[in-house]
Amino acid sequence: MLSPGTTVRVRDDWPEARGPCHIRTPHYLRGRLGTVVRPLGAFRNPEDLAFARPAPMLALYHVAFEPRSIWPDAGGDEIVVELYETWLEAA
Amino acid sequence: MSLSEPIPGPEPRRAHHDMGGVPKFLCEPIDTGAHALTPFDREVDAIRGILGAKGVMSVDELRRGIEAIPEAEYARLSYYQRWIRSIADNLLARGVISEAELRAALEQA
Amino acid sequence: MTPLIEAPSDRLLAGLKALLADKGIVTAQEIAERVAQTDRASPAQGGRMVARAWTDPEYHALLLRDGAQAAEAMGIAMRGLPPLGVLENTDETHNLVVCTLCSCYPRAVLGYPPFWFKSPGYRARAVRDPRGVLAEFGTVLPEARRIRVVDSTADYRWMVLPQRPAGTEGWDADQLAALLREGDMIGVTVPSA
Repeated sequence: MLSPGTTVRVRDDWPEARGPCHIRTPHYLRGRLGTVVRPLGAFRNPEDLAFARPAPMLALYHVAFEPRSIWPDAGGDEIVVELYETWLEAA
Repeated sequence: MSLSEPIPGPEPRRAHHDMGGVPKFLCEPIDTGAHALTPFDREVDAIRGILGAKGVMSVDELRRGIEAIPEAEYARLSYYQRWIRSIADNLLARGVISEAELRAALEQA
Repeated sequence: MTPLIEAPSDRLLAGLKALLADKGIVTAQEIAERVAQTDRASPAQGGRMVARAWTDPEYHALLLRDGAQAAEAMGIAMRGLPPLGVLENTDETHNLVVCTLCSCYPRAVLGYPPFWFKSPGYRARAVRDPRGVLAEFGTVLPEARRIRVVDSTADYRWMVLPQRPAGTEGWDADQLAALLREGDMIGVTVPSA
């Protein structure tokens, strides 16, 4: 379990370049550094549910990102996104 | 988190439904007006809800089917037109209906 | 993928309805009931929750702790639906909700997602140019106000608890609820008296 305040990196992985898939990690976050805000519980993996496959439970986190680390022209101050544990790695 | 991280250029690998921050839409004004749903919209929405409640098809499968629609079609179709296409795609994939059955039903429709 | 699913949408719907009815999977009556049920969800429900939070400190705490339970407390059935998270606007931070991948929306408490929420312009721009998006809704925030954009990507649905507008001192919950529009609870607009 990741605790609030932990710095994480979103995996720089591009399953959409390899074939049919369904992923809930927006492209603009791949490879980016973020900060865990809060755990949100555990949910079945949508990447499997989308293909009606058996789907394991995964921890889900709210993770915060600095918009200007993604786009130099970004106008907001914080972007918060729900991400599954399988997309987060130690930073 | 550091601002000195390298910021790569536009990502060519993204899927077309994955729209956050995408340059081609940054100059698109937002139509903030109300658009009433049609009976078609409401019925498609209801069918998806019922199929979900009965365990025939999940919302994740709906999304997968929507994302599988080629980009030009995705842009052309309305929101619920994408849904009905995805529902048909998923019912066929799950074997709930067969192609022959759908063909016959479309001829009668 | 079979070209059959590329049939005109009206025909596809008619064909599927006939097939699903024949197979006893979805009947016309079930569709009518479901439409009626879905039509009952509206921004007025979210508005009542917000107004109660403005007037009842215990409910305010419950709303922020567990939005689904707070919805249930107002008679909104949440069983089997996604959890509801509520983000509070303050003098420091304004929250804006978007779903860049599809159109995840707190339907149980606000009803069908509005047209703009599903549009490519909103989905692309809200994360990158939130002030520009707000301006198109006629919303201008103080320069110093922080903007937090929530990209609703997964199992939660997110609703914004706006700030109670000035000039509403002494108003009861019904009067306050009547002020609220759906955009206030997504963060594209702010309520005013």
